[in-house]
Amino acid sequence: MAKLAAAWFAGGLFGFGLVLSQMIDPRRVQGFLDLAAWDPTLLLVIAGATGTTLVGYRIVQRRDRPVFEDRFHLPTATKLDGRLLLGSALFGAGWGMAGYCPGPALTAAAIGFIEPLVFLLALLAGSLLFDLYRRSAP
Amino acid sequence: MEGIPVIAALSGGVLIGLAATVLLLLDGRIAGISGILGGAYGGQRGDRAWRVAFLAGLASGGWLALIAGLGETAERSGYPLGLLVAAGLLVGFGSRLGSGCTSGHGVCGIARLSPRSMAATLVFTLAGMIVVAGLRLALDLL
Repeated sequence: MAKLAAAWFAGGLFGFGLVLSQMIDPRRVQGFLDLAAWDPTLLLVIAGATGTTLVGYRIVQRRDRPVFEDRFHLPTATKLDGRLLLGSALFGAGWGMAGYCPGPALTAAAIGFIEPLVFLLALLAGSLLFDLYRRSAP
Repeated sequence: MEGIPVIAALSGGVLIGLAATVLLLLDGRIAGISGILGGAYGGQRGDRAWRVAFLAGLASGGWLALIAGLGETAERSGYPLGLLVAAGLLVGFGSRLGSGCTSGHGVCGIARLSPRSMAATLVFTLAGMIVVAGLRLALDLL
């Protein structure tokens, strides 16, 4: 139960941060990617988020284990492979095309915005397509 | 959305970083939204509940911020439906294939100094810039 409450609380901070920083506004996101009329807002958000996480993770990883779990669940892959690069390129293309990525789209759809809801349904379809693809080509 | 909201952007970013830190400290998990979402409906039994709780939190935090009057000007309308759908498919498929999105690679992965996440962030930012340049030049959208 504590584990779930913790996840809910972390999600809450995340969602509040996304709205406060205007990252649920796709024009801000596309503005960051638009070199012809550049908007630095997203860069400031990333700086605040990554800087805080950099320090936070260092402090947390002095521990042997997390508070409510018996071990840390961290990614183990280290290779730069084609999957990573192609997937990231496809992701980035879609990110620029709509101005939404998964976190802001979920948050904005949850508070009743229409465009991110449409985007999110297509995102789920894309994610399901990936599941089918992975099952057919391991 | 005139002007650059410097304080809101930085403090919102700090909250996102705190969220990632809290999730690792308490539950030992990385705050990557595409991975959390993918495992919330697929994934293993017993590994789903915390994901659903996190996503519910995302919605709750968003609501709280909206009630506080922070999201009022953030909704866009009239964007081409076909682009939204194509973009969603690309983001859904690409983030799973590439094992992460803006949060997992861009925030958490870079904070872990992961070379994979740094490469992913570079690639998706460049791809996004190319597509946005295309939208501006070809479709005169922005």
